[in-house]
Amino acid sequence: MINYIWGGFFIIGIIYSFITGNTEDINTEILTSASSSINMILQLLPIMCLWLGIMQIASDSGLIKTISRKITPLITKLFPEIPPGHEALTLISSNIIMNMLGLGNAATPFGLKAMKSMQSLNHEKDTATRSMITFLVINTASVTIIPTTVISFRIIAGSNNPTDIVLVSIITSFLSCIIGLILDRLFYLLRRKKYATNI
Amino acid sequence: MQQISSFIIPIIVIIVIIHGLINKVSIFDSFIQGVKEGLKMTLDIFPTILAMIISINVLLKSNIIIDLTNLLNPILKIINIPKDIIPLALMRPISGSSSLIIMNNILVTQGPDTYIGRVASVIQGSTDTTIYIIGLYFSSIGIKKIKYALKVGLLADLSCIIIALVMVSIFF
Repeated sequence: MINYIWGGFFIIGIIYSFITGNTEDINTEILTSASSSINMILQLLPIMCLWLGIMQIASDSGLIKTISRKITPLITKLFPEIPPGHEALTLISSNIIMNMLGLGNAATPFGLKAMKSMQSLNHEKDTATRSMITFLVINTASVTIIPTTVISFRIIAGSNNPTDIVLVSIITSFLSCIIGLILDRLFYLLRRKKYATNI
Repeated sequence: MQQISSFIIPIIVIIVIIHGLINKVSIFDSFIQGVKEGLKMTLDIFPTILAMIISINVLLKSNIIIDLTNLLNPILKIINIPKDIIPLALMRPISGSSSLIIMNNILVTQGPDTYIGRVASVIQGSTDTTIYIIGLYFSSIGIKKIKYALKVGLLADLSCIIIALVMVSIFF
């Protein structure tokens, strides 16, 4: 899909600029954008390094593991289909905690393992289970405590207080996650009702 | 309220360091290890950023998005949504790097401390690339029938955008 999006932007942009006669801008854009990406990366680099350094300490000291274990009982309630104590629940907790701390890349392997573990409980191997969908809703709504990348871009743009959006971000992501979970339940119940009346 | 925001990061840092010292972790080495990881990670995403910057900027500079949102403007005015947010809202669920670049454009042109700049930051920070994650996670285990997953994911994204618009106007 990324092929169509990436290519589509070029095609649409260039054709539209031909139609509107605005080719000069496009020409300079193609030639200068590449150098602006260097600036972007150079300014992103220190903050990514700093935050991953701090998080490496948290991971080595067992702090991340401890927090994951603390939220497992809550996670167990959200996934009634997974038997309590199953390894899927620990994997899900670790994935959620890492996402919360802004460690998206470190979270993905845990997420993939969690999916695999949930698949082992699945009876129809080509169909998503209720737990899988709940997990993906939590994952995409992503309750984030520290939006590291956003903060670094705010610094680059010269914000007076780059972290002033942190609290609002936490509240927003938390609320939208709850709405996602409510919708998830709702769709599950509607679907179950539909199938029950068919039988 | 902004006071609380500026406490969150220092508090996390001090908790992590104290917890590390109590558990006799060689925190300096761990930190260096993490920095190396960060260096590698940032270099890994560099090709993606470069590729996306060029293609998004070509699209944006052609003014097609501005022309389209201008067409939608009368409707957006009624429901009170700033039109600059539309491209970001459309791209956020599809591609993380392209929405990041759109957010950056908003921050640079409108300013990071404006209403629109803050809304863009909050949207970028508090939702993830729904379509990409659903694709990656389901295909990794061979699931083909995804039932209501995409519907719920996208509705949650929409709610996130609405909540961001409301919350930023309440808090700032």
